Amino acid sequence: MGRHAVFALCGALLVAVVSLEWALFQHDFNVEYVAAYTSRNLPIFYTWSALYAGQKGSLLFWATVLSVFGSLALVLTPRHHRELLPYVAGVVSLVAAFFISVMLFGGANPFQRLPYTPLDGSGLNPQLQNPGMVFHPPMLYLGYISITIPFAFAIAALLSKRLDTDWLVAIRKWTLLSWLFLSIGICLGMWWAYVELGWGGYWAWDPVENASLLPWLTMTAFLHSVMIQEKRGMLKKWNLALIIGSWLLSIFGTFITRSGVISSVHSFTQSNVGYFFLFFLVAAAAASFSLYVTRLPLLMAETRLESIVSREASFLFNNLLFVGIAFSVLWGTLFPILSELVVGTKITVGPPFFNQLNIPLGLALLALTGIGPLIAWRRASIPNLQRQFAVPTTVGVFTALILLVAGMRDFYALMAIALGGFVVGTVVQEFARGARARHRQYGEGYALALGRLLARNRRRYGGYIVHTGMVILFVAFAGMAFKTETEASLRPGESASIKSPYGWTYRLTHLGISQYDALNRQVTAATLEVSRDGKRLGVLTTEKRQHVDGLGRPTFQPSSEVGIRSDLREDLYVVLGGVVNGTEQAVFRFTINPLVWWVWYGGMIVALGGLIVMWPGGAPAAKRAQAGYAVRLVGTEENT
Amino acid sequence: MNAGTKFAIGAVLIVGSVGYLMASGVKQTGQYFLTPTELAQKIAVDPSFYDVGMKVGAHVVPGTVSKDVATQTLRFQVTDGSARYPVVFHGLPPDTFNDSVEVVVEGRLKKDGVIYATNVLAKCGSRYEAVPKA
Repeated sequence: MGRHAVFALCGALLVAVVSLEWALFQHDFNVEYVAAYTSRNLPIFYTWSALYAGQKGSLLFWATVLSVFGSLALVLTPRHHRELLPYVAGVVSLVAAFFISVMLFGGANPFQRLPYTPLDGSGLNPQLQNPGMVFHPPMLYLGYISITIPFAFAIAALLSKRLDTDWLVAIRKWTLLSWLFLSIGICLGMWWAYVELGWGGYWAWDPVENASLLPWLTMTAFLHSVMIQEKRGMLKKWNLALIIGSWLLSIFGTFITRSGVISSVHSFTQSNVGYFFLFFLVAAAAASFSLYVTRLPLLMAETRLESIVSREASFLFNNLLFVGIAFSVLWGTLFPILSELVVGTKITVGPPFFNQLNIPLGLALLALTGIGPLIAWRRASIPNLQRQFAVPTTVGVFTALILLVAGMRDFYALMAIALGGFVVGTVVQEFARGARARHRQYGEGYALALGRLLARNRRRYGGYIVHTGMVILFVAFAGMAFKTETEASLRPGESASIKSPYGWTYRLTHLGISQYDALNRQVTAATLEVSRDGKRLGVLTTEKRQHVDGLGRPTFQPSSEVGIRSDLREDLYVVLGGVVNGTEQAVFRFTINPLVWWVWYGGMIVALGGLIVMWPGGAPAAKRAQAGYAVRLVGTEENT
Repeated sequence: MNAGTKFAIGAVLIVGSVGYLMASGVKQTGQYFLTPTELAQKIAVDPSFYDVGMKVGAHVVPGTVSKDVATQTLRFQVTDGSARYPVVFHGLPPDTFNDSVEVVVEGRLKKDGVIYATNVLAKCGSRYEAVPKA
């Protein structure tokens, strides 16, 4: 029965989504939502994505995707977890019911009609007219929404008292899926902020950004600590709390984004939807944690920590760091509200607060990324440590020495890259040893051995690929320590120069301004000739766009289109600030952002690694891989 | 000493340093976020509030914006309905800045009664609806 209710809900919501898309494509401006977010001259691509451009449409999207995921979970869950499913269906339906009632009773009905039919809609905010914006919100939503499934399984396990390790297996892949969507969503968001907002960076510790990072952090912690529960029967309470916490944080994220309680450049909706979310958040937190507390006696650990020098211990520290970072980000995000409640004055903390905290914590985490996989389970011996750490440590130390000789003096950046070298050393060592073992045992060529190693132990080696991607991200973040910026007001023919941290100098010559009309906008473009140390590199164009409606009247504020010249070492990032009226004199901001390309590249590798870990395999093969995994993890000392 | 105790020591170290970093971070980087009225009250009570880095959230007074593109200087006034302060900002204002938006001005109020801004953030009007972005 419960199953069919979820399937029916899913069907009904899909019909609603198709209807809203139909209204969008038909330009049915009598529907308020269509009139508010689209116009006749909006490119078709963005007309489609207007489904989730506004609050009402996003709520519909949320509920629909939840019902799709819920149905999939009910269909795909293996037979032996079937006893949990009625509870899962119940939790999913409750959460969906909340979103639907916000739409129906919270004044957020996307099908609300207007008393008249406007001739044209007001169009989509130009900053949302960017390919990144078409994919970023749904990815983030998919991440937020899919956490509901592991949460539903956790509540199901608590309610049914089936709290063996078994249920964890049922949700690990869902958590991974959610983590993957969130990772991709966050990276796309960084890319969008970088190319579209024009302030010269990709992460500003804005409350809305932080809100998306929070569940990502707790889920990453869970994906590590779940291994300890599977292998050693420890951390049951902790893991359940992480899953419940991650889900609450995803609702919190939606609440922050929707309510505007924390002043953010990105979020302010003057609507009472925020109160609905706050109520739901508090009620859900109270309900799930009181259930959790009543079941605590059933969640005793089966084993104890045997040694501080063990994989368990390193994972425990890793979890503490993840949760510590999450807590400090939450604290910083809520600080204006907390300080106003406590001392009566709003005090805000900005990027310096988050950087001051998260750079050292992040570096500690990076070190553990290398240490964790090298230490044996239960208890590591001195020879084991020597065998495992010799090569990676050498790589790390040499990386640091090379950077020092090359003249790098920024402590954090140096540490980030040296630790990155250490972690990459561990990953290469693991792959090399695994491939060599296969080569010896089965006589496979090294390439084949590497391929099979990855294919047969997806979880382990896919995880190493994720680690490699994270290293690349950390190195890229470190590059931003060397960002340089200058502003100049240039007449045509005049030029400005900016020195790169690599030592060379860019010279930018203003060639002139051109103005023309495009599909739905008037463009003012400035063209600059770029040369590096006297060698001509080409021209770069940066634009100011004034979007217009169907009658050519201006809509929205003018928006900047950044000119970016990107290579593996650095980005030259040019923003047109404005043009002096009636002349071709223009103001520019030139920024050199080192290693930005690697952020996108690292993000893709993280996603690739996540996909490899998740890739479905036949059940027997998975069992085999699992066994091999356990044996190899403990190295030569012991077998579990 | 057993492993549990050693782990507890490590955990206390991590939790302690997170706590310490948070406390010192707030102390070193925290900034008052005031409305013009609150700022006027603070200044009246305690003149040491001059020349302190802070954020002021207010509306731009329509018609007070003057932009000099050549020198990249932006002048405008902000108000919350009662108190009003002039603001001077050097640099590029955000795309969304105009004379009817809500802004967050980051800077210092000097003795001449002018807020010298180091950063101006503009909230876009109601139409930039929240799309969660990372």
